[in-house]
Amino acid sequence: MASFSTNEFKGGLKIMLDGDPHSIVENEFVKPGKGQAFSRTKVRNLKTGRVVERTFKSGESVEAADVMDTEMQYLYNDGEHWHFMNPTTFEQLAADKTALGDAHLWLQEEAICEVTLFNGQPLAVSPPNFVELVIKETDPGLRGDTATGGNKPAHMETGAVVKVPLFIEEGEKIKIDTRSGEYVSRVK
Amino acid sequence: MDNAGVLEVSTPVLSHAATTDPQLHSFKVEAGGQICYLHTSPEFPMKRLLAAHQQDIYQLAPVFRDAERGHKHNPEFTMLEWYRVGMDHHQLMDSMEILLHDVFAGFDMPWYKPERRHYSNLVGSVIGCDMPLLTTAKIKQHFVSSSRSFPSGDISFDAALDLFIDTFVLPTFAQDRFTFITDYPASQAALARTAIDDQGYAVASRFELYFGSLEIANGYHELIDANVLEQRIKSDMQIRKNNALEAVTVDTHLIQAHQAGLPECAGVAVGVDRLLMLLTEARSIDEVVAFSFERA
Repeated sequence: MASFSTNEFKGGLKIMLDGDPHSIVENEFVKPGKGQAFSRTKVRNLKTGRVVERTFKSGESVEAADVMDTEMQYLYNDGEHWHFMNPTTFEQLAADKTALGDAHLWLQEEAICEVTLFNGQPLAVSPPNFVELVIKETDPGLRGDTATGGNKPAHMETGAVVKVPLFIEEGEKIKIDTRSGEYVSRVK
Repeated sequence: MDNAGVLEVSTPVLSHAATTDPQLHSFKVEAGGQICYLHTSPEFPMKRLLAAHQQDIYQLAPVFRDAERGHKHNPEFTMLEWYRVGMDHHQLMDSMEILLHDVFAGFDMPWYKPERRHYSNLVGSVIGCDMPLLTTAKIKQHFVSSSRSFPSGDISFDAALDLFIDTFVLPTFAQDRFTFITDYPASQAALARTAIDDQGYAVASRFELYFGSLEIANGYHELIDANVLEQRIKSDMQIRKNNALEAVTVDTHLIQAHQAGLPECAGVAVGVDRLLMLLTEARSIDEVVAFSFERA
């Protein structure tokens, strides 16, 4: 089994801790001039998303996690699973609700997503950073009101609810940053 | 240094012998078919000069330590090391305050007289347990109850203390001024002499200087006894063996210098890059060197 020594630690490295795959978020080398060296890390549990502190003795070895990020195309949802296809190999995979998390709120067919695979199985799905969606339902717009800076909830075709400026109308297409869930602009 | 009558010296960077300190990893170099080492500090040859000339000396030199890399560490860094004959570590701290005060004045930095904190009082007050009663298990318990991570596996008491200081003690220091930590546990004496403190415990006559939580310097009332030096080297070599570390070549010249007679003296090494970091408010050592190790 592949493993990493603490001196190979860096942000983004995937390691196994307590049986779960983790990603190193931060790594700090700690050593008094005349003392023992440690690696104080912050690691994200890739199953739960929780970030915790883990400190290692310098030189300690940690098992590598067989985790790989791969770009896949979203195909369809069968009611229980979300199906993705590798656009190069045409290999298909099904991800469950846990792996999807909030990503399902932004998924449109054919969207290219980043799928994190752990031992070949989908562990997490990241939607594209920006998506363009059509507003299914929102309160009537206040035409010409572009200055007051107020906003209102808008229900998207995918199920997401996004705060949009007052002048935006039902049926319009808007651009959204999926990392913050915020409205970016109108799409003409 | 000129004003204080301290003479500048220059000693070899490349040596046939290395430090035996188990926490320091010397770079090995093959020179003419022989294994040699880059120095981790100029301490040994400077002590040979002290034995020969009995005079205050200083040196500004690049030093090399393998397996040390982080935002406060670069495997190659610059050290200012000096020795004052006839001084003990308290007098050396006094003279450092004068030097650092002048440096701060030159940079228009606000100056506060450094506090001197006794190691065991400092640790004892933060953990709420007297130093002689402290164990690795108690330190680990403190990490657990504070929701901080403690490494798994075999951790020595001194290693646990190191991590405790870094995690819980240094963050309590005022971040805009210097603090000296003095009188380290005797087990961490390195090449400092040991003494009995006013509470009757064996301590190392040693200090470290911090600015906020950044370590800047490390000073000793120097060990001069050749027999004690040989015992410590033997003990270092045993620890190296037990931990499967490199069995380095011992510096017999250093032992001979002690046998010939090292003057009573105190010495200190300042991490010059760290000093530059605090003077320029740099967040990483990479900001104060021309090219960090990865780009060297």
